[in-house]
Amino acid sequence: MSANKLVNKEKRRNIILSLLLIALVLGICGYLEANKYTYSYMISIIERSMVYAVVAVSMNLVNGFTGLFSLGQAGFMALGAYVTAIFTIPVSQRPSVYYISGINPVIANIELPVIVAMILGGLVAAGVAALIGFPVLRLKSDYLAIATLGFAEIIRACIAAPQFDTITNGSYGLKSIPGFTSIFQPLILSAICIGFMVLLINSSYGRMFKAVREDEIAAEAMGINLFKTKELSFVISSFFAGVSGGMLAMFMRSIDSKTFQVALTYDILLIVVIGGIGSVTGSVLGAFIVTAGREILRFFDEPLYIGSINVPLFRPGFRMVIFSILLMIVVLFYSKGLMGTNEFSWNGIIGFFKNFGKKKAKKVEGAAR
Amino acid sequence: MSLTTFLQQCLTGISLGGAYALIAIGYTMVYGILRLINFAHGDIFMMAGYFMIFAMASLPWFIALPVVLIVTTALGVGIERVAYKPLRSAPRMSVMISAIGVSYLLQNLATYLFTALPMGYPEVPGLKKVYQLGGLSASFVTFLTPVLTLILVYLLITLIQHTKMGMAMRAVSKDYETASLMGIDINRTISITFAIGSILAAVGSILYFTDRMTVFPFSGSLPGMKCFVAAVFGGIGSIPGAVVGGFLIGMGETALVAAGYSTFSDAFTFVILIVILLVRPTGLFGEKTTNKV
Repeated sequence: MSANKLVNKEKRRNIILSLLLIALVLGICGYLEANKYTYSYMISIIERSMVYAVVAVSMNLVNGFTGLFSLGQAGFMALGAYVTAIFTIPVSQRPSVYYISGINPVIANIELPVIVAMILGGLVAAGVAALIGFPVLRLKSDYLAIATLGFAEIIRACIAAPQFDTITNGSYGLKSIPGFTSIFQPLILSAICIGFMVLLINSSYGRMFKAVREDEIAAEAMGINLFKTKELSFVISSFFAGVSGGMLAMFMRSIDSKTFQVALTYDILLIVVIGGIGSVTGSVLGAFIVTAGREILRFFDEPLYIGSINVPLFRPGFRMVIFSILLMIVVLFYSKGLMGTNEFSWNGIIGFFKNFGKKKAKKVEGAAR
Repeated sequence: MSLTTFLQQCLTGISLGGAYALIAIGYTMVYGILRLINFAHGDIFMMAGYFMIFAMASLPWFIALPVVLIVTTALGVGIERVAYKPLRSAPRMSVMISAIGVSYLLQNLATYLFTALPMGYPEVPGLKKVYQLGGLSASFVTFLTPVLTLILVYLLITLIQHTKMGMAMRAVSKDYETASLMGIDINRTISITFAIGSILAAVGSILYFTDRMTVFPFSGSLPGMKCFVAAVFGGIGSIPGAVVGGFLIGMGETALVAAGYSTFSDAFTFVILIVILLVRPTGLFGEKTTNKV
């Protein structure tokens, strides 16, 4: 009986802590929103982190939970971003955006609400992923990586192609995309997307994904349809990559095909690796750390003077070198990333601190002796 | 299109293909032994371009060339030692991520050291001299590339088939663990593989950039990926396959550019990749493998 009570007590404590955390996050966001002119830099970092968090979790769904090494994220983001942008640029602004080759009359007068456009973007990405999945998902690890990378590149080439100028505005890109109205918009959107993926991972589908990741042949022997499972994971991940692409378009307010180069996929991959492959909270944490880290490390790009001596290393580009070296250190020495395959939990945190305290106490005891 | 234009385009394609073939060999050899797509290989190729710029700035060309080859080899072997060797027993995904990390690092390093602006590529005397052959006119390097490629490939195949080192390489690529039980020094073999791949990448880079005139930090990533596709096309692990794949990709790309679809010329490579993986996953000359539990 008492054990049961203890569990209940723990549960209640965890719920209270979670509510407190949510209140804290909302409070911080509210405060930033109220003073958005003073904190605009910080707000933009947080918004970008949220966008990256969604796409990092979606990449983790495929790479970490289903064990498919897919590198197509940037392509699906591009699809989502372009669909969102095309349907949300205000009709009155369109002639000035498509000033070079005009706009295709079919889409010229369709303006959709942001959320609808974003979901449409996600659906387009998911549809393309479903088509791509048929040939590509039959391939094994490295081949899959290269093939998805290739597809992302094909999607980008098609977007930039002059043949589609009246739809995508070719290499000139799209601008005048409506931005986020407040910081709560990306917060709620990303919370919903990540929440959905967490539910999916904890459902029976999620267990199927993990079974495929651990051992394809064993999973097949247990009656799991390999292809269907992989396709499902790939399509859902692409849907959310598309949605996050839409969010990125809204965040940046102007996009072109160069935004979605392979480097973007690599950035997302780094977030996933640093956070821990196979950990949702790790990916979210990674998104914030990597995005904020890039900004914080910005001082490496400025010339540094100690007294009157110019330290020669500090000049533009140094930040990214430091960043990539840090990444290599993580890959080589902490291959599990921040969270490994663990998830954040209050019990884990409290246990960690208790253990930490105990260890310290023991050390003190040992020293006293 | 007249016959002369057609032949002219063919010549350009073959020349580009020769450079691709040399880089593709690096991919195919490393993949054959380590089962790793060396994502950094394209960037080693790019770095070789920069080394050439700096070597030529202070040295006469006949000293600069060997210096570039040596430095590039050192870079390739060094990367293997630092980034891949510690991960020998790690899951394949980690090694691949490490490779992507190295590629990212090299690109950022190049941006930092040499700025993102394209730098002019120096000219080795004689290479750019234009020759007339019937109605065709092309620089010496265009004629030299395919010939040099074939000579190097011939030497490489001889090395692999007829020397003890080559035998060790073949053994390691067949079965890693058994080879080490037979007393083959795995690490040395792998280092030599990387060295050969890097030398060929450096030669390829000299031939490629002499035609392109400029180098910038990202000029290695796309050719790198194309060469990997070439290696897959020919059957990964097979050197003649990589050469055939390199020539085909180079010619196909040139044909598309000539036909006016230059935006799709990059996409074309990946379409080929997907078609070949679907129709013949082991490539043209690849060996069949069976799945074991």
